[in-house]
Amino acid sequence: MRVALFATCLADAMFPHAARATVTLLERLGHDVAFPAAQTCCGQMHINTGYRRQARNLVRHHTDVFEAYDAIVAPSGSCVGSVRHQHTAIARDAGDQRLAARAAQLATRTWELSEFLIDVLGVEDVGAHFPHRVTYHPTCHSLRMLRVGDKPLRLLRAVRGIDLVELPAAEQCCGFGGTFALKNADTSAAMLADKTGHILATGAAVVTAGDASCLMHIGGGLSRLESGVRPLHLAEILAATDRSRP
Amino acid sequence: MTSTFLGMPHAPRGVGQLRGDEPFPAAAHKALADRQLRRNLGHATATIRGKRARAVAELADWEQLRQAGEAIKAATMARLDEHLLSLEAAVTARGGHVHWARDAVEANRIVTDLVRATGATEVVKVKSMATQEIGLNEALAAAGITAVETDLAELIVQLGHDKPSHILVPAIHRNRTEIRDIFLRHMPGVDPDLTDEPRRLAMAARAHLRAKFLTAKVAVSGANFAVAETGTVTVVESEGNGRMCLTLPDTLITVMGIEKVVPTWTDLEVFLQLLPRSSTGERMNPYTSTWTGVTAGDGPQEFHLVLLDNGRTAVLADSAGRSALHCIRCSACLNVCPVYERTGGHAYGSVYPGPIGAILSPQLTGIEDNASLPYASSLCGACYDVCPVRIDIPSILVHLRGEHVEARERGLLPSAEGLAMAVAAWAMAAPRRFRFAERLLRLGRLLGRSGRIRRLPPPLSAWTAARDLPAPPAQTFRQWWRTRPGDGTR
Repeated sequence: MRVALFATCLADAMFPHAARATVTLLERLGHDVAFPAAQTCCGQMHINTGYRRQARNLVRHHTDVFEAYDAIVAPSGSCVGSVRHQHTAIARDAGDQRLAARAAQLATRTWELSEFLIDVLGVEDVGAHFPHRVTYHPTCHSLRMLRVGDKPLRLLRAVRGIDLVELPAAEQCCGFGGTFALKNADTSAAMLADKTGHILATGAAVVTAGDASCLMHIGGGLSRLESGVRPLHLAEILAATDRSRP
Repeated sequence: MTSTFLGMPHAPRGVGQLRGDEPFPAAAHKALADRQLRRNLGHATATIRGKRARAVAELADWEQLRQAGEAIKAATMARLDEHLLSLEAAVTARGGHVHWARDAVEANRIVTDLVRATGATEVVKVKSMATQEIGLNEALAAAGITAVETDLAELIVQLGHDKPSHILVPAIHRNRTEIRDIFLRHMPGVDPDLTDEPRRLAMAARAHLRAKFLTAKVAVSGANFAVAETGTVTVVESEGNGRMCLTLPDTLITVMGIEKVVPTWTDLEVFLQLLPRSSTGERMNPYTSTWTGVTAGDGPQEFHLVLLDNGRTAVLADSAGRSALHCIRCSACLNVCPVYERTGGHAYGSVYPGPIGAILSPQLTGIEDNASLPYASSLCGACYDVCPVRIDIPSILVHLRGEHVEARERGLLPSAEGLAMAVAAWAMAAPRRFRFAERLLRLGRLLGRSGRIRRLPPPLSAWTAARDLPAPPAQTFRQWWRTRPGDGTR
């Protein structure tokens, strides 16, 4: 199986540790991971902000770059959500039926990390060790677009030493929503205040999620509160062993 | 002579309640600062959410019911013209009168003329979204006719000279102490010792309304459904005020959006299961009234059905957005929406608030008149999950954002955002340019202290007003990747 890492533009540029941890984890599980260097961005921000025409080239580029691989894995629910649920429609809107068919094919081989581990590799215990109190925020697109369900929690429960605590009102959005956080900054901040309040109530030292973007938002709120709670991508916890700590 | 078809007309400006006075972010800013509102809404939406979840969990075939609801609506809309003609024929055959109103102005004129013809100066109303949409009460008032709202919450809103903020519970933004104060100030003849005990409040409203029901000659209603095969109109409500309005007066005038028609009673049965569990979290609706034309010696002897377009045909013409017309006004999407829960309904500026309003109002008015609404969502998807007819609200929001951006581009008005998006798309479409952009981004490290950025210039100041941003890392992922030994082949 030729596995390609789709790092996502945000993790590549801003949260490289999430992408590095994904590589570490998949290699530890015995897989050869490729990083197609021509990859850039899936175009989700453009599509969701209404710039669907500008997103067409990004959809085409993404499809060109990853088409040769058997499985494409990304440490992001929302980027995979865009590939799976938006790319085909963007290509079809552009009148490019051939690209639409290729994008639809690629979508069936593109996986969010927890899906790939559980559905494709069939592994729940990835051999991680992480002796901290952790709470998990199920990001909206993982939960409601990809329907990952409890897969991330099953992976976390198998981590040795972890003290996993339930997050109250976990399924409520953190208020990020891409450009929503800028266009409706007040409402976004009100949603974030409730999310950080719930996280602090758990007493967790670490908040984790499957999306660097939501964690950037939540982490930004926790940092502003000087809370000391650390945002860590799910991949970073799953990659941790008693010899290597994130 | 040649002519250009400009598309179906939208709901006209200057009448009705589909447009707000200010864009959503500005209205939301004010609502967010209202502590009492936040508490009332948080409490009320959490309660209804819980009730709905329990009621829905009781049914093993809930998903199949939703699929049936979606399929029936889609099939009905595909042949809406035929179903409406069947409905007209059936209502007429049973002694009712059918009127076709192209928009709010026409509908208001039809209803006003009908009431005038009876000589009545007061009408009782059972809660109706369509008549609020067209501003019927204001139109009647201009003709010297008083419209009395008889739904308890609508009465609270009307007495308080307020606006409804929720489709199902229009006074959700009020708590009982506020309601007592409104009654004491505005309800004629109310007991001055009235307390805020819910039972006492309900009894005060009951005494006030009973006198209206017993004297009214004309009633105005909306319709939840109308069955085309028999010409039967349906109103569902919880207080019995609807039953009073629909049976006691001599004349009944019903204003109904054209999308409310269902072909058969078998179809109606599906929606009467979906609606109560989704809206009030009840297994069955308390008062379901159905009537077919006029029945001699029983109930209103004159019945008028006003079929309202007001932009609906324009919605129907857009294949990507038309399923907004499938809405059965349950308001489940409002109750789960994290945005609605914090801003309340007034911020949306339309009688249709929340996620459904954010896709319906801009389509009825045309995107330029409600341009901020499609962005009033984080696209979290909670609305889609609870919608009883499976309207994919997030996808329609994204579609409408696209329509808005493209309308702006056609207007040749360059926007800073449009420029930024174009540059970003250009940079991201080629790996070399993308790597260069990443190097530029690293300059952001200069802004950081102890690895975080606390203040950024506009428009990014909207982010740093409430959140920090991590400083860009010293090394991007792809730079790290190149440092790995033996990665030439990857």
